[in-house]
Amino acid sequence: MIIDSVGMLDLLLVTLASFGIGALGALIMARSPKLASIVGHGGALLGAIAALMLGLAGLAGGSLQLEFADLLPIGGAVFGMDRLSAFFVMVTAVGAIPAALYAIGYTREYAGKHSLAGMGLAFNVFIAAMILVPLACNVLTFLALWEVMSLASYFLVITEHEREETLQAGWIYFVMTHAGFAALFLGFLLLAHATGTASFSEWSAAAAKLDPSSRNLIFVLLALGFGSKAGAIPLHVWLPRAHPAAPSHISALMSGVMIKLGIYGLVRVAFDWLGVGPIWWGGTMLVVGAVSGVLGVLYALVDGDLKRLLAYSSVENIGIIMLGIGAAMLFQATQLPGLAALALVAAFYHTLNHAVFKSLLFMAAGAVLHATHTRNLEELGGLIRRLPQTAIFFLVGSLAIAALPPFNGFISEWLTFQSLLLSFQISAHTVNLLFALGVAALALTSGLAAACFVRSFGITFLALPRSERAERAREVDWTMRAAMLVLALACVGLGVAPSVILAPLEAAVFALTGAHADMQFSLTAVVANDGFGWVAPLWIALGLVGFLLIIPLGLRVIGANHRRRYYETWGCGRALQTARFEYTAAAFANPFKRVFGLLYRPAKKLDVEFHPESRYFVRAIAYDNQGRLVFEEALYRPLLRLIEALARQARLLQSGSVHGYLVYILIALVALLILAV
Amino acid sequence: MALLLRYLLKTPVFTETLHRDDDLEIEIITRQIDTRARERFGRSLHIREVDAGSCNGCELEISALNSPYYDLERFGMHFVASPRHADCLLVTGPVTRNMADPLKRTYNATPAPKIVVAVGDCAHDCGVFAGGYGVVGPVSAILPVDALVHGCPPEPRAILLGILAALEKHP
Amino acid sequence: MLIEITIEILQLLIVMIGSPLLVGIIRKAKARLQGRRGAGIFQPYVDLRKLFSKEVVVSENTSWIFRFTPYLLVTTMLLSAVIVPVLTTRAALSFMGNIIALMYLFLLGTFFLALAGLDAGSAFGGMGSSREVAIAALAEPTVLIAIFGIALRAGTTSLDGIITRFAVEPLLMLNAGHLLAFIAFFVVALAENGRLPVDNPATHLELTMIHEAMILEYSGRLLALVEWAAAMKLFLFLTLLSNLFFPWGIALANTPSTLFIAGLALAVKLLVFAVAIAFVETSVAKLRLFRVPELLAGSFTIALLAVVTAFFIK
Repeated sequence: MIIDSVGMLDLLLVTLASFGIGALGALIMARSPKLASIVGHGGALLGAIAALMLGLAGLAGGSLQLEFADLLPIGGAVFGMDRLSAFFVMVTAVGAIPAALYAIGYTREYAGKHSLAGMGLAFNVFIAAMILVPLACNVLTFLALWEVMSLASYFLVITEHEREETLQAGWIYFVMTHAGFAALFLGFLLLAHATGTASFSEWSAAAAKLDPSSRNLIFVLLALGFGSKAGAIPLHVWLPRAHPAAPSHISALMSGVMIKLGIYGLVRVAFDWLGVGPIWWGGTMLVVGAVSGVLGVLYALVDGDLKRLLAYSSVENIGIIMLGIGAAMLFQATQLPGLAALALVAAFYHTLNHAVFKSLLFMAAGAVLHATHTRNLEELGGLIRRLPQTAIFFLVGSLAIAALPPFNGFISEWLTFQSLLLSFQISAHTVNLLFALGVAALALTSGLAAACFVRSFGITFLALPRSERAERAREVDWTMRAAMLVLALACVGLGVAPSVILAPLEAAVFALTGAHADMQFSLTAVVANDGFGWVAPLWIALGLVGFLLIIPLGLRVIGANHRRRYYETWGCGRALQTARFEYTAAAFANPFKRVFGLLYRPAKKLDVEFHPESRYFVRAIAYDNQGRLVFEEALYRPLLRLIEALARQARLLQSGSVHGYLVYILIALVALLILAV
Repeated sequence: MALLLRYLLKTPVFTETLHRDDDLEIEIITRQIDTRARERFGRSLHIREVDAGSCNGCELEISALNSPYYDLERFGMHFVASPRHADCLLVTGPVTRNMADPLKRTYNATPAPKIVVAVGDCAHDCGVFAGGYGVVGPVSAILPVDALVHGCPPEPRAILLGILAALEKHP
Repeated sequence: MLIEITIEILQLLIVMIGSPLLVGIIRKAKARLQGRRGAGIFQPYVDLRKLFSKEVVVSENTSWIFRFTPYLLVTTMLLSAVIVPVLTTRAALSFMGNIIALMYLFLLGTFFLALAGLDAGSAFGGMGSSREVAIAALAEPTVLIAIFGIALRAGTTSLDGIITRFAVEPLLMLNAGHLLAFIAFFVVALAENGRLPVDNPATHLELTMIHEAMILEYSGRLLALVEWAAAMKLFLFLTLLSNLFFPWGIALANTPSTLFIAGLALAVKLLVFAVAIAFVETSVAKLRLFRVPELLAGSFTIALLAVVTAFFIK
């Protein structure tokens, strides 16, 4: 009702106004950190709620057109919303609402140490930019907003700038995001030059006129640019540094929402701007997705830092989304639009699900960090008794990300599997084999993700605390818990009743590909390809709950013994039971380190310090078994060395003499005159 | 592979029937469990063996119980690794200082109803180790013992009959 | 409608009541092969009855997850029993999930069991959890590629659909791909259920345990539920192997005679599998833990070959 009467434009104005009030209000209240936080984050919360309504209205069919001709050169600032943009606005809002609520409680400890006013400003600008990026309809609007988003997030990442590693992480993030920006800039300029227009809506029609080699080049440039933002391997190196360094609600936003804008770009490139591409585009996307999925989760499995492993897990999930997108591109290239639409629905659903459960996981990890002041898994433990609600929220997030029923991750991975399995309808052998390997990669990813989160949840929350900090932890305040509760309920809701979101998703995909997805769904069941596979999430949930209630009743009926006695853990009769006897996180990951040793290239160091008087007595043992960062050593360091070498050569040009520089100007002038004539 | 299969298929059943022998010394001391539990354990008993300081002579005889000749599984008995899974503790040896506490912990870790069968002369009165500085006392000094099987070491047959006697079962 | 619900309940009861018998038969067969008499085939029932009458000793370090896990394990198994076509392809509730959903239900149980292993804070439990999830993760690709292989020929991933197609057109099964998929699935069944050569269910050495290590802390009715769930998992895996790869005898329509024949056929097939497993367990030694991935990689390659043959040999 509100949506009809207010109108889309008004919703957008309300959204931007709320963010503006939040940003300015935070600055005005700079003297009082508490008020600055409440105004800043409250404004962001209201803006995000308005954005959610905007996104939902857009998915329901509303449209938007806005143009400011003189704001930017080359066409002005143009905004427009179609169903795809509306979906990504909705995803942003879904991530931003809990983040804003959470931030109020989380940033309390920054009062006095860092400027909460500055944080409020940057926070509002960041979210506003993320909401406007999908609405941008022309090259410079898009690039300007993209840059604003990157800058705002950079300032938020380096909030805790007193730590050396945070500044380093921020620097690497800054460089990578601008390298991606350069690729995007180049790609956009080439495309605009080739098609003669800078407006996005005119590109899909003009794309047919492009010659294949320039199309391929543009695709590669844009894919690199958007892929680096999304965090696909091997462009992911900034993710595991920036996400742990940032404050937890910012990590949640970056992981849950910002990297999805890279996905938005990839979808636009593959399905809208460049038209249907050759097979190798989709194939490359599929392979990159599979590799990112498997490698991402393998790195997450052996990581000892709670937030860094969540960052690697984001790389994994981006891989899964790219598997779906790659599959969709391949289906389009082989004239199977129904299946392409199905694969896209799966990818989009996973995008939304990941935004929900990854935000939940980062917020829960942030709560742990808030309560214990450590992210190191080897120092945590026993938190289920001290932070009982946070534990349940982390458990829900873990179950969702491991794709277990009855949560949302299960449905989106199931759909991705179905679309990959349906590839048998293509009759090209290499493509079939590629899809088969994609299925294997997705299955491996899924199994390893379950293992990874058994480890994360188990070591962090179960058994005994491994350090004093974990022992003294107390449950966090209500704003943080309320934000997590909202996301946990969303995980369950999206898992039990997926048809609620599948209908608008299908409509969005139809607008993009012109085909209806090869699936039917009702309130209770989802069917793919007329019976190739079906699942009934609501029934599964009811079945699980039903049996869980019946079994204890059954036990009472047969008269089972109900006495329970508490005693110590069985330690083979040992008198002592401390946290030192528990399994450690590194030990839990050991089987994987050995099986996938080729990837990790672990460098084991074992230093044994003997008693000075006798080698039979050991005083101390130091064990270090870190994996080496393969991509950094193999790819980035040589690249950086090459750039450094080139820069050193270029320094020869800097002679320091004014006469030399005048000669350069003369040469440049003459060259340009020759080129112009 | 073919040789292995042939061997597997040709192996007969070696299990001997268990005879009741009156010159075996088995003592029934305590009654920790009621009749119903005894009936249940009579058909399914999970045993956790605890070496409380023995010379391992009794252990060798106990490990023979798993062999095809004595085959204690045909009585529904089964050795388990964890006392939480156990119904019966099979204790050997004079209880040494170091094993007194672990033995008590093992007993406490076992869920009720449970029985204790002590095996060997050492378990009865410390045997040849009586009075030693490292020995605390017989098993009955630490735990309530249901049945005691004399011998140094007792035959596997005697141990089996001892456990059955504790359950008031006769073969 | 009523008939279908009755059949569904019948299937559920068969799985619930038949699984300890299956375990008993495997143990008896192993005992005979080892040259001893062994316990009777109904021994697991007696064991369960006794366990239900014992008290539960719970470690002070554990949380609600430890006490919740056995109930969840049995729940997932019962729900899977409703989905798997045990007797008939026309059960009332088999639309709930296809084979992929089934694999994820099993993974849900494994997830919580691994958490319960970590919960008590003992090193054995942690070790068991770590190994169990490693093996489960490495077995996943094999399962799904094997499913891809058979789904390619049957044209569907729904269990009912696959079985119906193969039962109606048995010639579809007469190819190398089917056999290869069967071998791969059999190896996975051994791995997921903790059978030799992956894990010895009768071992007492904690350092060699995988599944047993996680349940060392359980006692009384909780242990009974965990053991029963493990038996049901084995039953369901063997039922899947029997009915997906050798669907002779399964009921395609719900009449008393076809259901009776289906029950008999299932009993015969499970008996064959039980004896086969007993043979395998008596002949091979347990693989060293870090060689199990090699075994699973081998079965993955076999499954991939099954898929490739499905594509190239039409």
